[in-house]
Amino acid sequence: MESEQLYHRGYCRNSYNSIASASSDEELLDGAGVIMDFHTTEDDNLLDGDAASPGSNYAMSNGGGAASSTTHLLDFLEEPIPGVGTYDDFHTIDWVREKCKDRERHRKVNSKKKESAWEFTKSLYDAWSGWLVVTLTGLASGALAGLIDIAADWMNDLKEGVCLSAMWFNHEQCCWTSNETTFAERDKCPQWKSWAELILGQAEGPGSYIMNYFMYIYWALSFAFLAVCLVKVFAPYACGSGIPEIKTILSGFIIRGYLGKWTLMIKTITLVLAVASGLSLGKEGPLVHVACCCGNIFSYLFPKYSKNEAKKREVLSAASAAGVSVAFGAPIGGVLFSLEEVSYYFPLKTLWRSFFAALVAAFVLRSINPFGNSRLVLFYVEYHTPWYLFELIPFILLGVFGGLWGAFFIRANIAWCRRRKSTRFGKYPVLEVILVAAITAVVAFPNPYTRQNTSELIKELFTDCGPLETSQLCKYRSQMNGSKAFTDDPNQPAEPGVYSAMWQLCLALIFKIIMTIFTFGLKVPSGLFIPSMAIGAIAGRIVGIAVEQLAYYHHDWFLFKEWCEVGADCITPGLYAMVGAAACLGGVTRMTVSLVVIVFELTGGLEYIVPLMAAVMTSKWVGDAFGREGIYEAHIRLNGYPFLDAKEEFTHTTLAREVMRPRRNDPPLAVLTQDDLTVEELQSVINETSYNGFPVIVSKESQRLVGFALRRDITIAIENARRKQEGILLNSRVYFTQHAPSLPADSPRPLKLRSILDMSPFTVTDHTPMEIVVDIFRKLGLRQCLVTHNGIVLGIITKKNILEHLEELKQHTEPLATSWYYHKKRHPPSHGANGKPRSRVHHVQLIRSFQDGWGRGGEGSDEEDEEEEVVCLLNGSNL
Amino acid sequence: MIKSIIVDNTHVMANSEDVRCKCICPPYRGIEGHIYKQNVSLKDCNCLHVVEPMPVDGKDVEAYCLRCECKYEERSSGTIKFTIIMYLSILGLLLLYMVYLTLLEPMLKRRLFGHSQLIQSDDDVVGDQQPFANAHNVLSRSHSRPNMLNKVEHAQQRWRRQVQEQRKSVFDRHVVLS
Repeated sequence: MESEQLYHRGYCRNSYNSIASASSDEELLDGAGVIMDFHTTEDDNLLDGDAASPGSNYAMSNGGGAASSTTHLLDFLEEPIPGVGTYDDFHTIDWVREKCKDRERHRKVNSKKKESAWEFTKSLYDAWSGWLVVTLTGLASGALAGLIDIAADWMNDLKEGVCLSAMWFNHEQCCWTSNETTFAERDKCPQWKSWAELILGQAEGPGSYIMNYFMYIYWALSFAFLAVCLVKVFAPYACGSGIPEIKTILSGFIIRGYLGKWTLMIKTITLVLAVASGLSLGKEGPLVHVACCCGNIFSYLFPKYSKNEAKKREVLSAASAAGVSVAFGAPIGGVLFSLEEVSYYFPLKTLWRSFFAALVAAFVLRSINPFGNSRLVLFYVEYHTPWYLFELIPFILLGVFGGLWGAFFIRANIAWCRRRKSTRFGKYPVLEVILVAAITAVVAFPNPYTRQNTSELIKELFTDCGPLETSQLCKYRSQMNGSKAFTDDPNQPAEPGVYSAMWQLCLALIFKIIMTIFTFGLKVPSGLFIPSMAIGAIAGRIVGIAVEQLAYYHHDWFLFKEWCEVGADCITPGLYAMVGAAACLGGVTRMTVSLVVIVFELTGGLEYIVPLMAAVMTSKWVGDAFGREGIYEAHIRLNGYPFLDAKEEFTHTTLAREVMRPRRNDPPLAVLTQDDLTVEELQSVINETSYNGFPVIVSKESQRLVGFALRRDITIAIENARRKQEGILLNSRVYFTQHAPSLPADSPRPLKLRSILDMSPFTVTDHTPMEIVVDIFRKLGLRQCLVTHNGIVLGIITKKNILEHLEELKQHTEPLATSWYYHKKRHPPSHGANGKPRSRVHHVQLIRSFQDGWGRGGEGSDEEDEEEEVVCLLNGSNL
Repeated sequence: MIKSIIVDNTHVMANSEDVRCKCICPPYRGIEGHIYKQNVSLKDCNCLHVVEPMPVDGKDVEAYCLRCECKYEERSSGTIKFTIIMYLSILGLLLLYMVYLTLLEPMLKRRLFGHSQLIQSDDDVVGDQQPFANAHNVLSRSHSRPNMLNKVEHAQQRWRRQVQEQRKSVFDRHVVLS
């Protein structure tokens, strides 16, 4: 984004002028005077600095405000420049660099520990900050989940009516103490008024039905409208489920503001509205996003995490575990979800912290007790009935259904989202939300299974038919004549109540399938877990009742004969619903272990692991047969995020040379030389190219690699020098070496940029197989890698080059929409702002033969005194 | 917020209204199914304590009670009340602010400054995206010390620019979250 705008040529010219005008001739003279001092004292100072503890730079960081004396000037030369080592929006972080930075910081804190009590306290704080931040994250995400649960329940019931005695109670809470004792009146209490009762004064009849219908649609539409408006005005990043983006962020991508305060607030508020509006969406996925926002916000309290993007991602991993933990009441499932689905880098330390955060979050939610059932989720169930081996066949069939549904859903939803992305249709997000909400509300109201909250529907489907159930699903014949003594037997012939329930369930299934495809991807917070589970639960319940009836009518079949005697309780339709829910969720997300554990924690029974595993694995296999990626990977690919999936294997035989930039017909690689560029030349290189980093070589003649400097760091350093160091002019020499180059006496003071030079860039030779390069990128989380031949820089491979390459190789499968790294100008336009072709005189023109892999042989002995220097990655960048 | 919830919790525990024992008894020998609710403690939450008056004779009590299912439930009405009121007030504030931002402010601005101001502010947005001004931003963030009012103004301006940028990438260019 930002980088797209970096290339408004017209403005680049302005920045030149501003830099040029800032330094006048007087300063030149002053500057020249300073240079002399500079030359004489710099080396000593440097040696001192190196000899002293590595923390010496750190202490100076608040120094150089007023550069009046020479010593001050020297101080801030070594002082870290603010902003260096940070990243631009929509850029990829360099994990290796971040980890190095953290180790350096850790060493500094440790070495200063013994200096004073205060430093010791600081080191303790630093050591504990990891646990503190996950504790705070757990507390906050538990509290927010409680808020969302309570508010969503209340708002959902607001569509039907209102509690007159206490406005803030939902239907269930409103009738908490009422004395309606008979089954017929159990849901009617005088305090709770439906809208028809309030407006028309009558509770029954077609008039009140129409009134309720109208109010239902009215509330649904207004909730949806409010939600999409709030999202659009305050925090557009709050829409969607957030899991694809969090996956990308955790893999090392920067999306500024995605985990910010406003996103958190708007996501929390609008999630309630979106769930209450009756759209076919759930709150589980967005809860992960909410928890990650909490993690990100709390990490700002701790310098260890706020200033290091890699460390911050450890907190985010823990936060996503806390999010799933509160969403499903499954702390272990949450940790496994974080490990299996979202995290990219998951060391053991993060595992423990994730578990801790998940437990804290679950505990907080449990003490809030949002549903009044002392459970974390509405659809918690407990079964005690055993299952039989024969039942594996329907379970596996459910798995097949789940896999088919998953594959179909991914295809259809991605096709729809691509349409939204690429055509004019996507220009009307508010209208689209309103339309979908209206259709959902109009169709959902007549069917009792779609009218109610999806979580409640799942609960009803999961719950086994006991003698106390009043739902339509349990209207078996025997229960109608209450005089019978043995009413406990659920294996009864179905009666019209159940048949009509079956019809309604079938219609609800079709409705849910269609609406979910169009709902996921709307510009409101929308999760996928609950609708998927609902679809699976409906299908599972239908299958369960079918098997039950089969067993009842054919109990003399050899299959049923052995274990299903007449009157025995042998089939549990609720269990089928649960297995179906797991299978559908597995088909959509392609999770396995974490899903089974989540469902296992929902039921609290170990004995159903085998059916669940069978169904989930089957659904994964069936789904994988149609397309290997889950919905989140599909969305990542649709949006073209730079996400390098660790699950995919790279099996092609290309070499690094074929993937690196520049390609054969491209202009040569833009490189910087270590000591013979001027500030002006450097600026023109930066303004005329769009690359995010430049290799630094010894000289045009030798072309040996010295290091790598990032574009952002260079711009910040130049701007910083321009402000704070006197005597830096456009024709000042820029050098990356330890010692300033020898200059003519009348030249302006040189600018030392060694502190921003990455002296240990990752390099591979041009004949390295891509298999290895991809592995290096995945495992180390590199941002870029230089390609060398005999120590000479040939080109560069970035993460995005690799993704493009993978995409190219994948072309024969299905071409996706151009991802955004195609939109970005990788190759700078060949024309400057004034329309003239750009000159490239400042770039080293690499000889073509290098790129073809022909070495130029012994390149001379220009090594200088590089070897004796202490190679210190990013020295002095404490930020 | 967490603290207040905990305070509410302890406050509410004393409230006897928030505890109930609910027994659902199915139909039995011509007696209709009944639902009984009582305020009793957890250990008293069984059919014998809750079902009053007992609809059957002494010898049938055991058989009747075996079929009843008793559930002890508790809630904290204080938390619910606090949550809903807080939620609604935040929602209300946001809505007011939204109305102000989308409807009132452009109107006021137009009345006060005319069109030139609006155009200029648009220019600023674009101008900030060039490479060196970007660095300028980063540096000035850490060094300038304006007074409180300026700071607030500046923060608001920056936030708005961010949201605008987000809106552009989500709704117009469709590069994220589509």
